[in-house]
Amino acid sequence: MYNFDFVKPATVDEALAALAEEDALPLSGGQTLIPAMKQRLNAPSRLVSLLGIDALKGVCPGEGGVTIGGATAHAVVAREAAAVYPALAALAGGIGDPAVRNRGTIGGSLANNDPAACYPAAVLASGAVIVTDRREIAADSFFQGMFTTDLEEGEIITAVKFPIPEAAHYLKFEQPASRFALTGVVVAKFAEGVRVAVTGASEDGVFRWSEAEAALSDSFRPEALEGLSVPAEGMISDLHGSGAYRAHLVKVLTGRAVQAC
Amino acid sequence: MKITMTVNGRPCSGEVEGRTLLVQFLRDIQGLTGTHVGCDTSQCGACTVHVDGRQVKSCTMFAAEAEGAEVTTIEGMANADGSLSVIQQAFQDHHGLQCGFCTPGMVMAAAALLKDNPRPSEAEVRAHLEGNLCRCTGYHNIVKAILAASGQAVAVAAE
Amino acid sequence: MPKDGIGASTKRREDIRFLTGRGRYTDDINLPHQAHVHFLRADVAHARINGIDTAMAAGMPGVIRIFTAADFAGVGGLPCGWQVTDREGQPMQEPKHPVLAEGKIRHVGEIVAAVVAETLEQARDAAEAIALDLEDLPAVIDMKAACEAGAVKVHDDLSSNLCYSWGFVEDNREAVDQAIAEAAHVTTLELVNNRLVANPMEPRVALGDYAFHDDSSTLYTTSQNPHVIRLLMGAFVLGIPEHKLRVVAPDVGGGFGTKIFHYAEEAFVTFAAKELKQPVKWTSTRSEAFISDAHGRDHVTKVELALDADNNFTALRCLTYANMGAYLSTFAPSVPTWLHGTLLAGNYRTPLIYTNVRAVFTNTVPVDAYRGAGRPEATFQLERVVDKAARELGVDPAELRRQNFIRKDQFPYATPVAVEYDTGDYEATLDTCLGLADYAGFAARAEASRARGKLRGIGLSHYIEACGIAPSNLVGQLGARAGLYESATVRVNATGGIVVMTGSHSHGQGHETSFPQVVADMIGIDASQVEIVHGDTANTPMGMGTYGSRSIAVGGSAMVRATEKIIAKAKKIAGHMLEASDEDIELKEGRFTVAGTDKSLAWGDVTLAAYVPHNYPLDQIEPGLEETAFYDPANFTYPSGCYICEVEVDPGTGKVEVCSFTAADDFGNIINPMIVEGQVQGGIGQGIGQALLEHCRYDADGQLLSASYMDYAMPRASDVPNIAVDHSCQTPCTHNPLGVKGCGEAGAIGSPPAVVNAVIDALERAGKPVAHIDMPLSPARVWAAMNS
Repeated sequence: MYNFDFVKPATVDEALAALAEEDALPLSGGQTLIPAMKQRLNAPSRLVSLLGIDALKGVCPGEGGVTIGGATAHAVVAREAAAVYPALAALAGGIGDPAVRNRGTIGGSLANNDPAACYPAAVLASGAVIVTDRREIAADSFFQGMFTTDLEEGEIITAVKFPIPEAAHYLKFEQPASRFALTGVVVAKFAEGVRVAVTGASEDGVFRWSEAEAALSDSFRPEALEGLSVPAEGMISDLHGSGAYRAHLVKVLTGRAVQAC
Repeated sequence: MKITMTVNGRPCSGEVEGRTLLVQFLRDIQGLTGTHVGCDTSQCGACTVHVDGRQVKSCTMFAAEAEGAEVTTIEGMANADGSLSVIQQAFQDHHGLQCGFCTPGMVMAAAALLKDNPRPSEAEVRAHLEGNLCRCTGYHNIVKAILAASGQAVAVAAE
Repeated sequence: MPKDGIGASTKRREDIRFLTGRGRYTDDINLPHQAHVHFLRADVAHARINGIDTAMAAGMPGVIRIFTAADFAGVGGLPCGWQVTDREGQPMQEPKHPVLAEGKIRHVGEIVAAVVAETLEQARDAAEAIALDLEDLPAVIDMKAACEAGAVKVHDDLSSNLCYSWGFVEDNREAVDQAIAEAAHVTTLELVNNRLVANPMEPRVALGDYAFHDDSSTLYTTSQNPHVIRLLMGAFVLGIPEHKLRVVAPDVGGGFGTKIFHYAEEAFVTFAAKELKQPVKWTSTRSEAFISDAHGRDHVTKVELALDADNNFTALRCLTYANMGAYLSTFAPSVPTWLHGTLLAGNYRTPLIYTNVRAVFTNTVPVDAYRGAGRPEATFQLERVVDKAARELGVDPAELRRQNFIRKDQFPYATPVAVEYDTGDYEATLDTCLGLADYAGFAARAEASRARGKLRGIGLSHYIEACGIAPSNLVGQLGARAGLYESATVRVNATGGIVVMTGSHSHGQGHETSFPQVVADMIGIDASQVEIVHGDTANTPMGMGTYGSRSIAVGGSAMVRATEKIIAKAKKIAGHMLEASDEDIELKEGRFTVAGTDKSLAWGDVTLAAYVPHNYPLDQIEPGLEETAFYDPANFTYPSGCYICEVEVDPGTGKVEVCSFTAADDFGNIINPMIVEGQVQGGIGQGIGQALLEHCRYDADGQLLSASYMDYAMPRASDVPNIAVDHSCQTPCTHNPLGVKGCGEAGAIGSPPAVVNAVIDALERAGKPVAHIDMPLSPARVWAAMNS
């Protein structure tokens, strides 16, 4: 890979200052960035590690929700969020593999917004709020298509605030090779309605299946999905499955997630 | 830049670049060649080591990120007298390795699992090995070795 | 039997170093002043090279030299070790396989230029500065399209993309056609044997060194057969005589066939080290491995099985297109022909068999042997078509097989495809496996699955393979350009310890443990007194290496022969010392005894006398105790067995879960049951991978779509069930001294059809009958088949 300067600041302000340099990139767990750099797909002049900033780490239950620091590893969320938001903890505990979960972070995953990543579905289905060094962004406006978010250059995710649903469940149908989501669905039931977020399936990245949300808000049973279907257009079609297959999986997984709630 | 960490209980330092991976520091600078590199997409797990007690893929972590850390590699897994540890012995007893290339990563993954979950079920063992590929054994005997190392009764290898 | 003799599940001594991080793999070796090479590889499948401008790159930091094909003008191409003769009696078309691309790029991954620099990153930096002037050409990917008139040619100097069209047995062709025309029932199946990447966990590495003081070259490489590499590279590529060339294959992290072949990178580092007078090292990344290791399988086949009114097989006809890739890898032509056509009788009495194999050049990575090599492809088509026939006829697949088996009393059995099976008992393995798998109790398990919303199916296959490769006289007639004997030198030291230097090579098979068991058993000493040396041409006799399940059957037999010579000589020495005729000397449990007396000597007394020949018949025998034997087998060995797989299909997603897998193999005699079971389980793991997960896929432009573990699905621990193995059925091989057959490939050969048959069974039982699904049976494919 190309060489770069490595810095590891202890505060967010130091990190922002370090990121001001041209072509500087933040480095969180690096579980996606480092493999990409090995292929020489990125050439940052400087990597600013966020893992030395204690303020970005931790799982903090609070009034009606839980706040997770941006640099909190998946394994920590899997352990520490289990009591307050079990579906979220289970999702975090199923990302990648144990070694990846010890390094990868929620902030890194969300900033990257891989169309097959798990966390974006949890954030979107929960209606979470992404907190950055400069503002708060609602989940519905954060994700802007494959590998694209509302983040500005040099903006750091400091935390994610999750409201806690009455019931929720994530089902990931794994792509056989990468074990990312070929299609993954989070169903979250709140007093004000049901939210359904889908990852892995769409060419536009994570999305909400609004027809299912409406039907499930009326009747939170798998049968409520009967008659609904997801159009295959716009779904990812690749060597692991056609758009039609992914569209089919969205419905199957949504039903099963409701059943499991 | 110069970095310092503790590897297998011994202080180690060396000159690295920003891009130097932890596995390169271990293999090329410290001469600890037991940690292997089997892929470049962070999937095979042959490079698994422990950093501050948690398993990580040393090919997907910069050496500089391990500054000040406690690192354990396969070379640090035997008993103090040099004999095989319980996990290592179980791998031999149950023929849990063939070519040996994935083995260091498997042992490190197994040790991390048993630390958190001293008596895992077979399904938990298989799930924990999600990030460790073996091409020789069909996993059967690796799973058996880890269950045996946890003190659970398993059939011994062919008699 | 001494402790740790033949038949003992001795724990592996090599495990100690592997478990403590002290293995010595090729990448662990670094030499002083070593330079690194980065290969600039083609990123297009087919293009004319109009120019390579290295001027800017050559001046970059750390660059020592940049090589292109022009630098290899005096160097030969990579040789092909097997010449197949086509239906017309003509030799196959054999294009040159240059070390670096000459004039044209013919596949993604082909080496266009090589940058040697002080560090690897410097070499990579410089490679980015090389300017290629390429003229893109249409890629030839699909085999049938490649065979059409007017197709773009991969090799301009060949008449077409057809390497050969091979007919076997040509004399049977008309009789087969007639039998099929007259058959009561014909079952037809068209199928693809999916292209695979072997993926040993250790990527390939090559380190070349040159010693100025004696003008000798050394290559450290990840090879299954260092002597073969020395011969091919020395004699055919670089023109270095064997006495000036040493090839070392130290600990090797798995092979599975793909480390048999002589590769361009090996020749390059050896050549460059001599040119530059400094060591040159290459370590493959996994990404490079996908586009430079020879691939496996990739057959497109139509198979027709004819049956009479009583369900007896009367004829088999096959047409196979076999992908060679862009060049002929070392043993590529033999795989779809002699390692494939000769196995089409399977376990059955089918009297008439004809196959036509068309080997085709395409703009893809060369294809060669992968675990099983031709025999999995033969087994798959046969065990699938037999299964399909059973379904069409409404008979139990196990019973249709049983009815057509070669019976136990028919051995030796000459098949219509040129081989003679020496022994076997197929009903024994079938019945053992049916019992272990509780075939009769399947219905209850299927009902339990149904209650959980899953579709359960059961599938079986019964395979045969030809192993113990191979009788040199025979394979020479068939086109092999090498002998396929094996060698061993047994060196007994003065104090009785033994070193066996073998031409076999262990890259996971455990020879360091199992080979001593044989010698220890023969002499009656502890196995710990016997050490194995392998993997270095400098200190082992010329041997052909390890592949084709040949090590114990051929290499082990050479070791037995050498040990027999040792024992014969030792008895003479003992006879002299005991003042008896050597014919009266018995060797038991490590002691020489004069028959019928209590006069005896310990093993160590005699070995010491051999090296301290004070009281010694120097007029009759030489001092010393060291013998070499070369063993050339009289026939192939024929392991066989029955595999039964049970699966559950998720009707909502198409996902297949393997619930259980049972194997009953007949390997003849067994040296170390623990190792044998491990070999079978590992092979089955790979077979399940082929059946359900793995697929090496190109797009129409010749870009590899499955170019990393992100898209090439390797089996993981959660994809493979516990695998029950049995080897109690033993019909020893009749023509080698150990009665062994070999076990390394069986699992990969027998398992894919069992898995596929199980899925087909599950769908049929669920009222969604499907004639066939091509491997891998991915969730998407199974779902599509169920809903078509």
